[in-house]
Amino acid sequence: MVAHLLSLKWRLLLNGFRRSPGQIVGIAIGGLYALGVVAALIAVLVALRWADTETAHTAVVLGGAAAILAWAVVPLMASAADMTLDPSRFTTSAIPMRQLLTGLALAGFIGLPGLSTLLVALFTAATWWRSAPAVAGALVGAVLGVLSCVVLSKVVTTATASLAASRRFKDASSIVVFVPLVLMGPIVAGVVGGVSSSTDYLPGLARTVSWTPLGAPWALGGDLASGDAAGAGIKTLISLATLLALFACWNALLKRALVTPRYSGGSGKRGGKLGLFGLLPATPTGAVAARALTYWLRDPRYAAALTVVPLLPVIFLFESGQSGGYSMLMVLGPLTAFVLAWSIAADVSYDNTAFALHLATGVRGIDDRLGRALACLAFALPVVLIFAVGPFFLTGDWGWLPGILGLSLGVLFTGLGLSSIVSARYTSSVPLPGDSPFKKPPGNVAQTLAVQFGGMAVLLVLLLPELVLVIVQSVTGDPLWGWINLAMGALLGVVLFVAGVRIGGRWLDRRGPELFAQLSVHR
Amino acid sequence: MSVQLPDSASTFRVPALALRGLAKRFGGKIAVDGISLDVPAGSFYGVVGPNGAGKTTTLSMATGLLRPDFGTAFIHGVDVWAKPLEAKKLMGILPDGVRLFDRLTGEQLVTYAGLLRGMDREIVAQRVGELLEALDLSGDAGTLVVDYSAGMTKKIALASALIHAPRLLVLDEPFESVDPISAANIRGILDNYVSSGGTVIVSSHVMDLVQRMCDHVAVVAAGRVLAAGTVDEVRDGATLEDRFVQLVGGGNRTKGLEWLRTF
Repeated sequence: MVAHLLSLKWRLLLNGFRRSPGQIVGIAIGGLYALGVVAALIAVLVALRWADTETAHTAVVLGGAAAILAWAVVPLMASAADMTLDPSRFTTSAIPMRQLLTGLALAGFIGLPGLSTLLVALFTAATWWRSAPAVAGALVGAVLGVLSCVVLSKVVTTATASLAASRRFKDASSIVVFVPLVLMGPIVAGVVGGVSSSTDYLPGLARTVSWTPLGAPWALGGDLASGDAAGAGIKTLISLATLLALFACWNALLKRALVTPRYSGGSGKRGGKLGLFGLLPATPTGAVAARALTYWLRDPRYAAALTVVPLLPVIFLFESGQSGGYSMLMVLGPLTAFVLAWSIAADVSYDNTAFALHLATGVRGIDDRLGRALACLAFALPVVLIFAVGPFFLTGDWGWLPGILGLSLGVLFTGLGLSSIVSARYTSSVPLPGDSPFKKPPGNVAQTLAVQFGGMAVLLVLLLPELVLVIVQSVTGDPLWGWINLAMGALLGVVLFVAGVRIGGRWLDRRGPELFAQLSVHR
Repeated sequence: MSVQLPDSASTFRVPALALRGLAKRFGGKIAVDGISLDVPAGSFYGVVGPNGAGKTTTLSMATGLLRPDFGTAFIHGVDVWAKPLEAKKLMGILPDGVRLFDRLTGEQLVTYAGLLRGMDREIVAQRVGELLEALDLSGDAGTLVVDYSAGMTKKIALASALIHAPRLLVLDEPFESVDPISAANIRGILDNYVSSGGTVIVSSHVMDLVQRMCDHVAVVAAGRVLAAGTVDEVRDGATLEDRFVQLVGGGNRTKGLEWLRTF
């Protein structure tokens, strides 16, 4: 039975490759990325072979503890836990509990995260290639540690499965997780700064952590290398006890989960609140705009993109604080304009087959395009204006204001116009409605990349006038070019916006059914 | 086959839906193989067929969701593929296996469908209230559709299809996962609609339901129409289910599986 579960998981993984060539390209890119990270970590572990015992011990223990924590937290936060072998699917199969647990635990190793972690962990043996007991300790520790990783992540996902299945939790967690991700740069810089200022702190931390379940398995190699056999013995016991406790927890949780159906919340709410549908004009365009704006707030796939916006100035301010100059802040306006305008380039793909309603009601293409673009513009325009003007209060270099304002407006309007064309003609693979924004979307990754990068290249060409004017101004230093740019950005932008909405609308009228057929492939 | 051509005796009355040589191929598989069919105005028309018979494909092509390889469809004489916007005004459709904008509340979704069709806000508001009341959804009007049960989702989609008072309703599997009380409720609404002159087309593979509910029926299998006409004509004295099995073939495969009797 264990073998069956393993082969099932293997088969599911392989069949994932067989869907389409684009899928293989996407998986290959993901695989290469993982391979790069794994290779780098292995290189570090091998290099640590020549470091002194204390440093090597500190690095391995803290790294391992971080890995265990990551296995517990990431699937929870991303609500993208690997559910290919969801235990609830085996409810009816009457598999003995012990075999189910063993099978699912081992199956956790099949797949990129499992294999990568195992591989890196085993290479701690290279770090402790100093004496036979140390190598043996490192290998035993690696196996215990990686098993703890896998089982802990199963415990966490099983425990929260019924909570995580509720829509509100999913929505909230998938947005919240964006904040640390976006702020990764400043956070890492802060940690690195703190670490370099207190080098004595880490070995002490590692010594403490090595007595906890998080660090114990990873400390075996180091303890044996420095001859602390008693310590290694106790830590082996700690690791084994941890693993047993985790298995017991998982066993209990799984038994309960298999007989308890998932909670899906929601109680009746009477109507009467039309929200934006009551505020915006009662025309097809107004209705589309109301729907799109409602989605920007309610759908985590859109809302996640929105949370990035207020974090952008934080990142830029941080970078400026590091480098000492505020001139980089001027990029904030145009960049925000690009991010927001381009965010509707896959709008119809986000609709998925719900787009059938637009097709069935026979809404004109131009109403559809204009509604979506205006919805985005409604909040993008004030945000971009603030972000374009704001930095000058810090830099004081007001001569650049008209030029930057022109470029920002140009990017925003041109981008919205181009997005209206792109999303009317091409589909991108995006997370399905209701899925986490992080979930690997189904479908052709190669086509998505082609559409996204091709579209951005076209956008760059359309923006050439504004960009040239920025360059001219920086060469001549004459603010007159900035004023010309302001007029150019606003005028050319609006012209291209109108053109984009009209062309996109016409394409939608002509090719609506074909677009819908493309959307129906993934649902 | 009772395919009537426009120049036959029935020209004085334009059919609510006329399919002419509709055909569609997906890759190497021919899903719909030249279907022609007349649905008389004012009829309650059932389309039955086994899984994969091409029911959904045919209805998608008839309603402007899927472009046919050959042939076309007329809604009250308006060519769906030549004048799509005009034809779509005349019909309300409930496609099967299609998502809804489910982050809207039920009330918002139906309002959205009405406003997309360019209707007045007051009329939409009034009709939404009445539709939700009739479909017994007013208690959940403010709940997001994503939190609805499967049956409620079907009902809210039906409300979206009814909001503009269409002359023709095309419903693909409207009773799937709908509980018996809601089903009776929907049938009541549809019966009223037909008796006041509307036309309803439903696809289903529940023969009993079609026999009780519909006055006309077409049996579709492997992308062709095997029989069409009034329910009494088609079933020819037998039950619709027996006649269906006889027409489509298969069935009666009771050989094998002897071990099922030797516990």
